[in-house]
Amino acid sequence: MSEYPAARLAEQTLAAHARSALAGAGFSRRDFLRGSGALIVTFQAAGIPGTQPAGSSSAQGLGRPGAALDSWIAIAEDGTVTAYTGKCELGQGLYTAQAQLIAEELVVPLHRVTLVQCDTELTPDQGTTSGAQSHPANFNRSNLALAAATARGALVQLASERLGTPASRLEVKDGVVRVAADPSRAVSYGALVGGRKLNLALDPNAKRRQPRDWTVLGKPVPRLDLPAMAEGRFEFVHNVRLPGMLHGQVVRPPAVGATLLGVDERSARDVPGLVKVVVKKNFVGVVAEKPWQALRAATNLKVTWASGAALPRQRDFHDYLRQQRPTRDTLLVDSKDVEAKLAQSATVVKATYLHPYQMHGSLGSSCAVADVRSDQATIWSPTQGIHPHRNTVAMVLGLPPERVRVVFRMGSGCYGLNGAETVSYDAALLSQAVGKPVRVQLTRKDEMAWENFGAAFVVDQRIGLDEQGNIIAWDCETWSPTLGGRPGASTPGNVITGFLAGFEPAPFTPRSPAPDPESFNNSSNAVPSYVVGCVGARCEGTGGVESERVLAHAVRSPFWTGPLRSPQRLQNTFAHECFLDEVAQRVKADPVAYRLNHVRDPRLRDVLTAAARAASWETRPSPRPDLGPRGIAGGRGVACVLYEGDNGYCAMVAEVEVNQDTGDVMVKRLVVALDCGPVSNPDGLQNQIEGGALQGISRALREEVTWDDHQVTSIDWRTYRSLTLGYVAPVVESVLIDRPDAAATGAGETSITVVAPAIGNAIFDATGARVRQLPFTPERVKAALAARA
Amino acid sequence: MSTLSLKVNGRSHTLEADPATPLLYVLSDDLGLRGPKFGCGLAQCGSCTVLVEGRAIRSCVTPVGSVAGAEVTTLEGLGTPDGPHPIQRAFVEEQAAQCGFCLNGVILTAKALLDQDPDATDEQIRQALSAVLCRCFAHVRILRAIKRYAREMAR
Repeated sequence: MSEYPAARLAEQTLAAHARSALAGAGFSRRDFLRGSGALIVTFQAAGIPGTQPAGSSSAQGLGRPGAALDSWIAIAEDGTVTAYTGKCELGQGLYTAQAQLIAEELVVPLHRVTLVQCDTELTPDQGTTSGAQSHPANFNRSNLALAAATARGALVQLASERLGTPASRLEVKDGVVRVAADPSRAVSYGALVGGRKLNLALDPNAKRRQPRDWTVLGKPVPRLDLPAMAEGRFEFVHNVRLPGMLHGQVVRPPAVGATLLGVDERSARDVPGLVKVVVKKNFVGVVAEKPWQALRAATNLKVTWASGAALPRQRDFHDYLRQQRPTRDTLLVDSKDVEAKLAQSATVVKATYLHPYQMHGSLGSSCAVADVRSDQATIWSPTQGIHPHRNTVAMVLGLPPERVRVVFRMGSGCYGLNGAETVSYDAALLSQAVGKPVRVQLTRKDEMAWENFGAAFVVDQRIGLDEQGNIIAWDCETWSPTLGGRPGASTPGNVITGFLAGFEPAPFTPRSPAPDPESFNNSSNAVPSYVVGCVGARCEGTGGVESERVLAHAVRSPFWTGPLRSPQRLQNTFAHECFLDEVAQRVKADPVAYRLNHVRDPRLRDVLTAAARAASWETRPSPRPDLGPRGIAGGRGVACVLYEGDNGYCAMVAEVEVNQDTGDVMVKRLVVALDCGPVSNPDGLQNQIEGGALQGISRALREEVTWDDHQVTSIDWRTYRSLTLGYVAPVVESVLIDRPDAAATGAGETSITVVAPAIGNAIFDATGARVRQLPFTPERVKAALAARA
Repeated sequence: MSTLSLKVNGRSHTLEADPATPLLYVLSDDLGLRGPKFGCGLAQCGSCTVLVEGRAIRSCVTPVGSVAGAEVTTLEGLGTPDGPHPIQRAFVEEQAAQCGFCLNGVILTAKALLDQDPDATDEQIRQALSAVLCRCFAHVRILRAIKRYAREMAR
């Protein structure tokens, strides 16, 4: 493994030439350019059409003031490559995949590439690393790939002049350009660069390497960062240590909505090492010399709060959601004839699906280190979006954004908006109060009770069938609560610390009735795969059912909410894919065949067929013919999705055993077929599929946020139940459909999206019992078994 | 505050600390070690695991005073200056991680078990890991890595 520069990643150091130049110049790239020889490709990430993910600039958190930072890639005279990326490693393997991309486009060995990721002083603004958009951003939409291709083109041109041979007769291997017919005539990139400073503009038409020629991309390259992690050398944000650094803890309110009445500073006075008690509006924290002292001070500190409003009862929370006013309504599709078609239908099938709040539940509670001085600040943060985060940190501190630097350091896996932003504000506020560097790592309870949960959902479904059992109308209406979210570039109040420090969350803007849709947008998978998805004259859905309506109601949430892996897509897909099976059962159709009858999109059909084939799917209706009332029953279920409507195809077959006496569900086997365009790293992809599939099981069988009258009661791993490593995990078999000529899509959120419906459908197949509420706890399974006809 | 002697990864340290301080903080803050991590502070997740005299313990709830003089080994102490320990190599070979935060607890828990019982069954391995969490759910690869190490030890 030593051929990979793991240690370099761990330290996130620059190549030697860049380091000395940058250090001497206070991290100014201009000064780097004055240093030793290098070929540099520069471009403004925001200035090139298509370099940003389409239609997602707000979601990606752009819109900060000031000029865009150039993105660039540099080849030094020693042949090493330093590239700068605004998309960061979160555990999904992106560092390695991006390094592969650069090595491939430049045709250099992987170990010569060093990636500098996510630092507001050094790297381009590529929004947030989120939404399964990160690999596509640098793979499809130029940026890194095109910069590397530009550099290669220029070097080949230089070599052509040096060797006196037309470029068309040259080839490149391992960073050396040579005459194809006479490899002894060759010149290396380093020699071509020499002591010169070559500064190129990005060529939007630079020629990309073709997948058939790939030698680094498309290969199962091992993760470059993994050896340092396994050996305890890796620097997580939790390991950042600064000279003179102090330790902070926060004191959160005892209940949702509570406001601060007073702090008795004397109550913590006797804790050794206490430096300061910090209060700012409703934000309370302590700073001490050592972390244990900070914890004790926070525990001892007497704080009085005015209690907030009572929380809605959990038992009938889904009814509460349905009754909430006002609402913000969105029509995704509406053919205007759904009620008429339902009235004409031979049969109408109805069902309601319920999803709980779930949490990110990062294994390591969130952590950040801040060094705030009177007129400038540096934050080491695990944020997914350094540039937008710089803005909101600046707002919280009352500093101009250009005086704030955010340096990404990897945290514990986040799966979306965990406590990364909020703990960075905590550290910033506490550091500002003491004028020294402060590290904060949240307690388990502070992490869990106050994070931005993945949203609860209610989904009402109605389908109309003709005499032959074909679907002729699909109506779907959803309710889901919202409060806060990603802070983006201007809303620190979207997470708890910003709110406590006096910032409001994004306002809830009621809207009812919903306006007609202007374009087809299925980024939340609110529209089922089986309808045509027509808006105006354009039909961009994947199915054939022409009579369609999907209406989504957002309502105010009593808890903070935010994106959790496959946000809304998972909840909607659970409801759509289970309901499709309920209808197939009604007409005694095989669930795979019935899907194929209603899906038109060829790639969605392909993953469905591939998963069924790999699972040796037995064609027959569900439930299985030989149902028994007790004992262990086995069954299989299927589900599929075109993630976000355009971002990856996935189908899954689940095989389960249900203990009909206890209600326990054992998942025995998962078969996943995935099409994400060209596969950059098959092993990394497989890792994502497996992890997503098993995380999906944990969410389908166990995970549910709970609360009482005033506060969240899921505050540790006993009260928020995740599957542990003691769980007998099923085999996860993957079928990767490689499409080298297609655009790359995301792949981190696809498999998790189809797990719950595949399991729900398998439970039904095994037992004839339909469970319509997640998670599928033994109690809910037993209730559904008891309700069997 | 008391003066305490600690033996960590073969080196002796003398430091001033409240003996009630959890061992984790001494290791990660006073000694600057990167292996043991704070995950929950409640002995529920395994992130803070270290070996004390070869046994896996949760350093987030272990007072530093209770291990004075004992041999403490952390994740970075498994290997030698020349290279990683075979169990660490097995995890890299199997690419058994995503974010990597869980690896400390997983590797040390598995090593303590297999050192004691090299023939541990899958069921025994799972039992030992039943209070260790991986929220990226790299379960399949993790079990594969542990079994690879067990096979290599048996050779």
